[in-house]
Amino acid sequence: MAEEKTTILDGAGVKRALTRIAHEILERNKGVDDLVLVGIRTGGVHLARELSARLEEIEGAKVPVGEVDITLYRDDFKGQAPHLPVGKTDIPFVIEKMKVVLVDDVLFTGRTIRAAMDAIMDHGRPDCIQLAVLIDRGHRELPIRADFVGRNVPTSMREKIVVLFDADSRPTEVVLEK
Amino acid sequence: MGFNHKDIIGLQGLTREEIQLLLDTADNMKEISGRDIKKVPTLRGKTVVNLFFEASTRTRTSFEIAAKRLSADTINISASTSSVTKGETLSDTARNIQAMKPDIIVMRHAASGAHHYLAQRVSCSVINAGDGAHEHPSQGLLDMLTMRQKFGALDGLTVAIVGDITHSRVARSDIFGLTTMGASVRLAGPPTMMPPGIERLGNVTVCTDMREAIAGADVVMMLRIQLERQGKTLLPTLREYARYYGLNPQNLKLAKPNAMVMHPGPINRGVELSSYVADGDQSAILTQVENGVAVRMSMLYHVSGGELPTE
Repeated sequence: MAEEKTTILDGAGVKRALTRIAHEILERNKGVDDLVLVGIRTGGVHLARELSARLEEIEGAKVPVGEVDITLYRDDFKGQAPHLPVGKTDIPFVIEKMKVVLVDDVLFTGRTIRAAMDAIMDHGRPDCIQLAVLIDRGHRELPIRADFVGRNVPTSMREKIVVLFDADSRPTEVVLEK
Repeated sequence: MGFNHKDIIGLQGLTREEIQLLLDTADNMKEISGRDIKKVPTLRGKTVVNLFFEASTRTRTSFEIAAKRLSADTINISASTSSVTKGETLSDTARNIQAMKPDIIVMRHAASGAHHYLAQRVSCSVINAGDGAHEHPSQGLLDMLTMRQKFGALDGLTVAIVGDITHSRVARSDIFGLTTMGASVRLAGPPTMMPPGIERLGNVTVCTDMREAIAGADVVMMLRIQLERQGKTLLPTLREYARYYGLNPQNLKLAKPNAMVMHPGPINRGVELSSYVADGDQSAILTQVENGVAVRMSMLYHVSGGELPTE
């Protein structure tokens, strides 16, 4: 049976969602002082860079972007054979006493976010961690909630949400696959 | 593409993709050693037994630190404290350790092939930390990682390996790994220390003169003369060896200007390497040691995800 695809957000929709999230981040944090972005590899990193560019456009100040790979913090190692390739974690700034905005493309069970928070806490003790996601598709297995959401998309477990990026890692579209 | 082996006995037989994966993982794991909290929860609840039948400080410590950085529990057993001194066979030692349900055994043994024998008798993973004159895969991988970090790729590199090739497990692992990854290897050493037919291993050239081997090389790898073992019977004098096969600032000039000097350690200063070269700008010896922890973390991580035999 052929896969059915529905566009949730087109290119313009993704741009609007990111711009709104950037404004909400500024509103909540009253500017960009002590603010850093950490993207979860790989989609979250691309989105964190987009958000940083928008924050700079609006506020005129750069917000540093780090990236975190959660492979070594996953809670499902026993089920994986072979183990997943390990990606790079690169947080080139001190996160002690900083306001960290964790960025991911899709929020699903919450386990990835739990792993990412553990990874961040191993780098220091931030003042707070806020969560920004482009899509929240529900089905949480842990008590985790996003602070900034591009679009809430109620889904069934059989469905899949895919965020597409172009060759320059710019988000182009979000699709629902059935 | 994943790493599907239960054990790592040697680099011979590993594919280019598997070696690449082990090196990539190690490269990405290096960051952990630079943190304030040098630990990730990956192997929490796993037990790693370091079973060292031969004396080793560097390799054993490196494996122990690697396991601890991945949150595994580690136990060290050395020959002097084990029942081997009471006459126990390797097979019995293996069965007894197996009964304690470890997840990974890291072993060093004087007999080539001991790890293969062990791996067939235990269901947990086995990592070779050096077996006789056969292989030392973790040293081979850390050497390759160190070269890759400096040169960006291993493809097309010329690596000169100088010293006691016959008895060097490091040389063997380096040859298998480097030639698989597309580098060419030149070997030089006294005729008494050069195994016949070694050039059949692949892209390997045997040179009679050390200067011929290091001329234009990207990397000069000096091997340790094992004075405690064969060295005395295979060499007329150390002074003569140092003169013909020692690396000093003069003959190092024959290699490429940015050539990297490597040594698996511990160094016999003034024999394989002059102190000036060992401590000079081109020396990567301490980087090799640093990379050793990351490489061993990568090996522990990937074997623990390898397919175990169905019982």
